Amino acid sequence: MSVLTEQSGTEARAASAKIIKRRQWTRILRSRTAMIGLFIVTFWVLAALLAPILPLYSPTEQDVMAMADPTPSATHWLGTDILGRDQLSRLIFGARTVLMVAPLSVAVAMIVGITMGMLAGYYGGWIDAVISRFSDVILAFPVLVLYVILIANIGPSIINIVIATTIASAPGIGRITRGLVLGLKHQEYIAAARLRGESTLFIMLVELLPNCRSMLIVDACLRIGYTIITIGILGFLGLGLPPPNPDWGGMVKESTTVLNVWPLMSLVPSFAIVSLVLGFNLLADGLREAWKP
Amino acid sequence: MATFLAKRLAMMLVTMVAASFLVFAVCEFTPGSVARKSLGPFATQEQVDLLTQKLKADDPLLVRYGRWAGVLLGIIPDPLQDPSTGLNFTDPRGARYFGNFGYSTLNKLPVNDVIWDRLGNTAILGGLAFLLIVPLSIIFGVLSGLKEGGILDRSLSVVSITFTSIPEFASGVFLVTLFVILWPLLPGTSPLDTGSGWSIPSQLVLPVAVLVIYDFGYVARMIRVSMIGVMEKPYIRTAVLKGMSTRQVVLGHALRNAMIAPFTVLLLQINFLISGVVVTELVFAYPGFGRLLLDASLFGDIATIEAATLITVAIAVTTQFIGDLGYMLLDPRIRLR
Amino acid sequence: MTAAPIAPLLEVRDLRIEYRGKMETIVAVPKLSFSVRPGESYGLVGESGCGKSTTAMAIMRYLGSTGVIAGGSIRLEGRELVGATQRQLRAIRGRRIAMVYQDPMGALNPVKTIGAQLNEVPMLHLGSTRAEATEMAAAMLKDVRLPDAGDMLKRYPHQLSGGQQQRVVIAMALLGRPSLLLLDEPTTGLDVTVEAAVIDLIAELRRRYRTSLLFISHNLGLIAESCDRVGIMYSGEMVEEAPTRNLFGKPRHPYTQGLIDCIPDIASGKHTRTLAAIPGHIPLPGERPPGCLFGPRCRDFRAGICDSLPEIPLTAAGKDHLVRCGRWREIDRARTTLPLQMSGAVSPAGTIEISDVGKLYHIGHRRTVTANEGVTFAAGRAEIVALVGESGCGKSTLARIVTGLDRATSGEIRMAGENIAELAASQRPRHMLQSIQMIFQNPDSTLNPSHSAGFSIRRSLKKFGLRKGRDAVEQRMRELLEMVRLSPDFAARKPDQLSGGQKQRIAIARAFAIDPSLIVADEPVSALDVSVQAAVVTLLLDIQASRHTTMLFISHDLALVRHVADKVVVMYLGRIMEKGTVDEIFGDTTHPYTEALISAIRSTNPDETSRTRIMLTGETPSPVNVPPGCRFASRCHRKLGAICDTVPPPVQLVSDTHEIACHIPIEDLQVPAKIVSPAPKVREPS
Repeated sequence: MSVLTEQSGTEARAASAKIIKRRQWTRILRSRTAMIGLFIVTFWVLAALLAPILPLYSPTEQDVMAMADPTPSATHWLGTDILGRDQLSRLIFGARTVLMVAPLSVAVAMIVGITMGMLAGYYGGWIDAVISRFSDVILAFPVLVLYVILIANIGPSIINIVIATTIASAPGIGRITRGLVLGLKHQEYIAAARLRGESTLFIMLVELLPNCRSMLIVDACLRIGYTIITIGILGFLGLGLPPPNPDWGGMVKESTTVLNVWPLMSLVPSFAIVSLVLGFNLLADGLREAWKP
Repeated sequence: MATFLAKRLAMMLVTMVAASFLVFAVCEFTPGSVARKSLGPFATQEQVDLLTQKLKADDPLLVRYGRWAGVLLGIIPDPLQDPSTGLNFTDPRGARYFGNFGYSTLNKLPVNDVIWDRLGNTAILGGLAFLLIVPLSIIFGVLSGLKEGGILDRSLSVVSITFTSIPEFASGVFLVTLFVILWPLLPGTSPLDTGSGWSIPSQLVLPVAVLVIYDFGYVARMIRVSMIGVMEKPYIRTAVLKGMSTRQVVLGHALRNAMIAPFTVLLLQINFLISGVVVTELVFAYPGFGRLLLDASLFGDIATIEAATLITVAIAVTTQFIGDLGYMLLDPRIRLR
Repeated sequence: MTAAPIAPLLEVRDLRIEYRGKMETIVAVPKLSFSVRPGESYGLVGESGCGKSTTAMAIMRYLGSTGVIAGGSIRLEGRELVGATQRQLRAIRGRRIAMVYQDPMGALNPVKTIGAQLNEVPMLHLGSTRAEATEMAAAMLKDVRLPDAGDMLKRYPHQLSGGQQQRVVIAMALLGRPSLLLLDEPTTGLDVTVEAAVIDLIAELRRRYRTSLLFISHNLGLIAESCDRVGIMYSGEMVEEAPTRNLFGKPRHPYTQGLIDCIPDIASGKHTRTLAAIPGHIPLPGERPPGCLFGPRCRDFRAGICDSLPEIPLTAAGKDHLVRCGRWREIDRARTTLPLQMSGAVSPAGTIEISDVGKLYHIGHRRTVTANEGVTFAAGRAEIVALVGESGCGKSTLARIVTGLDRATSGEIRMAGENIAELAASQRPRHMLQSIQMIFQNPDSTLNPSHSAGFSIRRSLKKFGLRKGRDAVEQRMRELLEMVRLSPDFAARKPDQLSGGQKQRIAIARAFAIDPSLIVADEPVSALDVSVQAAVVTLLLDIQASRHTTMLFISHDLALVRHVADKVVVMYLGRIMEKGTVDEIFGDTTHPYTEALISAIRSTNPDETSRTRIMLTGETPSPVNVPPGCRFASRCHRKLGAICDTVPPPVQLVSDTHEIACHIPIEDLQVPAKIVSPAPKVREPS
């Protein structure tokens, strides 16, 4: 059996592999849904990043003149809120807060949740029992109740929102990770790693985690979307970041008082939230389709 | 079977105890808070300290929790209702009975006078929404799962992803704008009294719509995914190659398998519909359970918070239990060895 | 095609099957023609990717959303199936043509009772009421030799064993009284003895119901003994078709000959024969060469004849014998195969000694699974000891204990003076880990899909400090890849770019990379195609011989074991039934279980005396709460009596190396007639 024969055959195989299967990241390009989602998200990220240098009104400055008629005009493209503050700039500056807090919270929750899930799934036994029971208790709380109780007691601030998100989301992430690990830990390459004497940490981080990557990334996108909604809800309930921080949820809340007169005032921040969350949801859905085996 | 039930019931109890303890710990961490909240913000520090001593509220956390549990179970009378505290908290049912959740400092009424009505209101809202969500999501989920990539499937995906991106307050605002301000067909608030001239059913339309919009898409997609998974299974091929028509295959073979996983998902929606609807209640000024919890949290009405949490967790744990039971009944692989 | 005097039952003509994706169209089957005559059993044979399963699905008109019949015709009893309406197809499926599937567990609906699923067929096609259908179902269950029909009807599929499930699938297929039964790898995945029983059942049912069979398999021996006519497929084409005797007695096509030469037989071992591998690989649909598809791999390829024509046509090579070869007349069939160079004698000094090893699992209360009990044997330097048995015999568990993936509950395993039986891999010292390595069964999960193929080899080299520095490691990697005959750039490829055989070679390179003294190979080639198996086995034997590595070779395939092993240990339900040298095991005096296993081996050699198959009754009992006495007693065809159920059998010494655990005295265990034919004759050129 000549080496050359094997090689020539595999060249063809590799070539067709390149045609038929693209690498993970380029597969995204083929999914229209993912591209639309990515576009929306990028738009907001850019807006948030560039906010300080864009020619915007200050989000806290009140234009007393506009308070009489806060509808959109040439001076205020999206109108103003009831205190005369420019909606457009409040939206964009609000995006900064949201796009900082939501991904950060989810990132921290991911780290905690993945650790929990890895430990529970790989070791099994009493570790799994303890972690799963603990997760069950937290998951028994409807999410919003958890947030409300936590924030009402420890006060709204970025750190507290991160903590609340971590507590609320980590068990769910842990459960997903645990499920993935349970399916993977009996694969033969894990046994091969054990026979090499690899440490458990190595097996978890290098052998198992990369194979969970796609599902966890999709889940992360969905969670970011959900966290943005939650931050909006907290703002709406009055538990958001204290004023004068532009908080999309708070913006909606303030403008519901004049809903029957100037409905647009509430619709504008609502639409902002919907578009950003939609972006993340589309991205997650597109990624899931693209990475399906 | 009996041992399974017993074990699960025990687990449920443990979960409830653990959850209520956690909430207790978070709320009552600072001992002075109970007295402070009971007396109001204008009381002097001496009065607060005196009451704290009387209530033995500087005891360790576990002891206080035990006391609360004791009051709830009707073993101990509620210390807050002791006339010697001078607080004037009276409960027509007495100070010591099973199910005594204590006294609501916010509403100046026993918790039991407040909480059950509100829970009932939310149950009406949630119940109506559930009755709509179940058939809608099953029908759309199954039909779109049958033809993956078909027109129905793609439209469902678009609709569903969009709807789950709209938080309740946004859809509430939007619907109110549409049906109250632009076309005044429906009331803008739902306080559940006919004083404003709107009938009770008409007051329920918009809040229920908001709930259905937000939830239906998610559940329908879950069912769709399950259906797609089932249709790819080899036993569907067996059924088709036996000569069965599509209708026979779907109804006779696919449906039952496809509904096993979504069954739990559907039940979990009950949790959401009871406890997660605070936003909708706020938008429509609906006198419901979620608003009660929110107001109590903001005010610091600890007894109500703890009561509401316990009820919420109890509902959650019960639905989980029913879900597991249903799983066992639906899937013979779990039921029989 | 030669004109058949009787109208064929199934006639496939010029069939073309394409898969139309969004990006490209793949032609799975370019142009296929064959027919099945009434009452005959036709075998369709080929390796993976040859299109046989696709053809079966096309006949049933169930190709999925991307599969399309792009041309040709399929006629069943004169009726055209291509282009038939759904309504017409529904009338035919299950009634005129029925299917038996590869995975019986998956083919049955887990939430419906057996009875409900069986009833559907007569209720649908024969207009029966439920009561009538239930009666028919019960009668059919008896026909497929399932006991206690009434109880069986109420059970669910997961409560049945694999063999029982397959019988239910067969019953379901026959309930419609079809004229043609399509069997797609019906026994792959079943134990050897269960397979034998199912094949025997199919043959009997075929006679009784006068059903024609289209039998699809990759197992040549099985086809050789079950079918009247055979068609060999290669890359979507039929390359040879003939009555069974003629095809296997005088194969005309080089591929057929190559396949036959790949298969180990029970009369010769590695010292007398090398499994002749076919170089190269099966062309993917997009890379089919012009002319003869097998050309690039054919020893007798001649440019000009074999690659010039747009296609090589099927020509008659004898009565009812078609072959697609441009040179079939000229090709010299005599093949010389070189035996292996055996360097040096095998040292009897024990490399590893396993004494009385046991493994118990406790599940629930009062339930114990006995995976292993009292396992004792030894292996010397450069020796290959084969562990043979069916599912549940404990061979895989033992492998895991030896390597440290599991721990024994009792007994000793001595290696280099240390007892490792109760040491898990993480507790073993490094030199111990280095001396025992493993080759796994499933090539798809043996390499981490997120890393390159060479990743695990590099890790091994680094962890055991065999090479320091990047250049030294890469150099060693190149050497290892060359050893398994892969070019060096394979190290950088991802596993999804490799074929099963290539992945298994990487696994072999990985196992040998750190120079272990013992390698445990757990079914290393079971998941590979026949021709790839031969190549990998030959490679493995080469490397093992040159490095004097001891090997524990686990397999359920006795013919392969015959070829590969020096010593054999036969296990059943956790205990050793027999152990000895390979000649002794395959010799006259054997344990009844070994006898049954050997009799189940099928051969393609038509000159072999038709053997009486030993049918074992019942199913393998579960390893939970094992009975006292002989584990094999419940199925033994030579059971003495009550003593077998109650008293554990004594270990009888037939020779220094040969032991049998049985109550039957040794003299009585001698196999009466030779069921194994002598070494194969040299085939005459024709």
